[in-house]
Amino acid sequence: MPKFIPENSVGIVEPQCLHFDDPLLLRSGKTIKSYDLMIETYGTLNEAKSNAVLICHALSGDHHAAGFHSEDDAKPGWWDNCIGPGKPIDTNKFFVVCLNNLGGCAGSTGPTSINPETGTYYGPDFPVVTVRDWVQSQVRLMDRLDIAQWAAVIGGSLGGMQVMRWSISYPERLRNAIMIAVAPKLSAQNIAFNEVARQSITADPCFHNGRYLEHGTYPKKGVMLARMVGHITYLSDSAMRDKFGKASEAIANEPIAGNFGRDLRTGKLSFGLNVDFQVESYLHYQGERFSEHFDANTYLLMTKALDYFDPTVDYEGNLSAAFAKSSCRFLLMSFSSDWRFPPERSREIVDALLEADKQVSYLEIEADQGHDAFLLPVPRYIEAFSTYLNRVSDEVNA
Amino acid sequence: MRPDLNIIQNWIAPGSRVLDLGCGDGSLLEFLKTNKGVSETGLEIAEANIAACLAKGVNVIEQDMNKSLQNFKDKSFDTVLLTQTLQAVSYPDVIIDEMLRIGKNCIVTFPNFGNWRSRLYLFTKGRMPVSNFMPYEWYNTPNIHFCTVRDFDVLCKEKNIKVITRTVVDHLHQGSWMIKAWPNFLGETAIYHISR
Repeated sequence: MPKFIPENSVGIVEPQCLHFDDPLLLRSGKTIKSYDLMIETYGTLNEAKSNAVLICHALSGDHHAAGFHSEDDAKPGWWDNCIGPGKPIDTNKFFVVCLNNLGGCAGSTGPTSINPETGTYYGPDFPVVTVRDWVQSQVRLMDRLDIAQWAAVIGGSLGGMQVMRWSISYPERLRNAIMIAVAPKLSAQNIAFNEVARQSITADPCFHNGRYLEHGTYPKKGVMLARMVGHITYLSDSAMRDKFGKASEAIANEPIAGNFGRDLRTGKLSFGLNVDFQVESYLHYQGERFSEHFDANTYLLMTKALDYFDPTVDYEGNLSAAFAKSSCRFLLMSFSSDWRFPPERSREIVDALLEADKQVSYLEIEADQGHDAFLLPVPRYIEAFSTYLNRVSDEVNA
Repeated sequence: MRPDLNIIQNWIAPGSRVLDLGCGDGSLLEFLKTNKGVSETGLEIAEANIAACLAKGVNVIEQDMNKSLQNFKDKSFDTVLLTQTLQAVSYPDVIIDEMLRIGKNCIVTFPNFGNWRSRLYLFTKGRMPVSNFMPYEWYNTPNIHFCTVRDFDVLCKEKNIKVITRTVVDHLHQGSWMIKAWPNFLGETAIYHISR
């Protein structure tokens, strides 16, 4: 529990649930007849309604991007490092909108919602949603909020893919596209990791073909495993070494040197199948915590949305052709140690934008934290992010 | 504004697409954007300079031109600029070739090592010239490929590069008949407008 709410926090925030009755035709051909979107907003919309910013979340995110739901909250929203007064996405300057995407499990319509046609949980019957479908629903949200154009649409990882889709499909409705730690589409390796995660979930005996809620159970072990695999790909080798054994200790104390980055949990080996190393218990803990609040079917849907994302599908595989109609300015940032979506993947997008003669800036931030760096207060990243958005604010608040 | 930059802007077509290699804090591109309506891209590796470009609203790509420029398509820019940077790159001839591939025309400016001050310094002191203009010692200078106006003329000839305009300036003799007569002796900064 935070003893006090920090001054640069948006403070106590309250989510809202918006209901939509216009059927949403999905990429798969299926339709969602009506749905709810859970949102949070921070800051104030200016008179010209020109200072609104949309935040798109990644695999495990939701509408709660900043601030606290109550004074008893242990942790703020997932992107609190970047959203708040004086932070890069400055709530003194921007009206910030975040939502839980369709298929999510934090209040928007998804597998844990009741299917009005069957009267029971959607579960595995919830249609597969794609990035394109999410963006379509985000346009409806934008219209509901009476916003004609976003000052910026911003996202990291899977969130960045939604930003890309915005710039391609709704070019006139955003001024700036900010994509962080993103890739134009998944690599075979990325998809492989996602498949391991999915198999972990579906192989859990409690999965019941996705109807676990009807069985009053939950594939906790499977979700834990999925998260453990995922978590490894979010961190870098050096981030893990830092977390589980400092280089300085290794140098100061000879016997530990050989174990650099492999801190033991109890100081001795068990010579059994117990948890010997710190990294193991760390992963167990992360998986455990994640499995407590994240729905298994949502995890499957989110990884599928990642796998399916390909903005070039309507353009014969040509990314720069996909951007032909884009009219916003672009900012991309990548992180040196990110091996999930490494800098080369961002540069593919930058090169396509340059080829399409678009306004683009690109930064390659030196950071040890791996893919997760986009969530963390990496000084150069935070500064560049602020500098860029200050300029945007000067334009839209003029 | 640096005298070379003032001359350069006369060679940039309004509304054209400009790539500045080693764009520094983005001042030149900002000027060209405001006054010539160019569509600008700068390449830079220094963090402080990149931040300065973002603050100015100048498009900047963090990329080391010494590694590769292969990601830029042939003739994708109207003008490619390399100002006061030629002497600091690893392979000046490769960079010039790449510039001419990417740009329809190119502008290169560099400090002229054939200037009389450098010659006098080396002649009298027998040491590598250090001046306000070239303030580094030989061992810590980023300027690893100094050349003279005549050297550059030879390179252009060898590579069949068309010199559209050559201007040489210094703070004393700018535009005078003397500097036109002895560019390699009096010129401090050489400014070349070139194409293939």
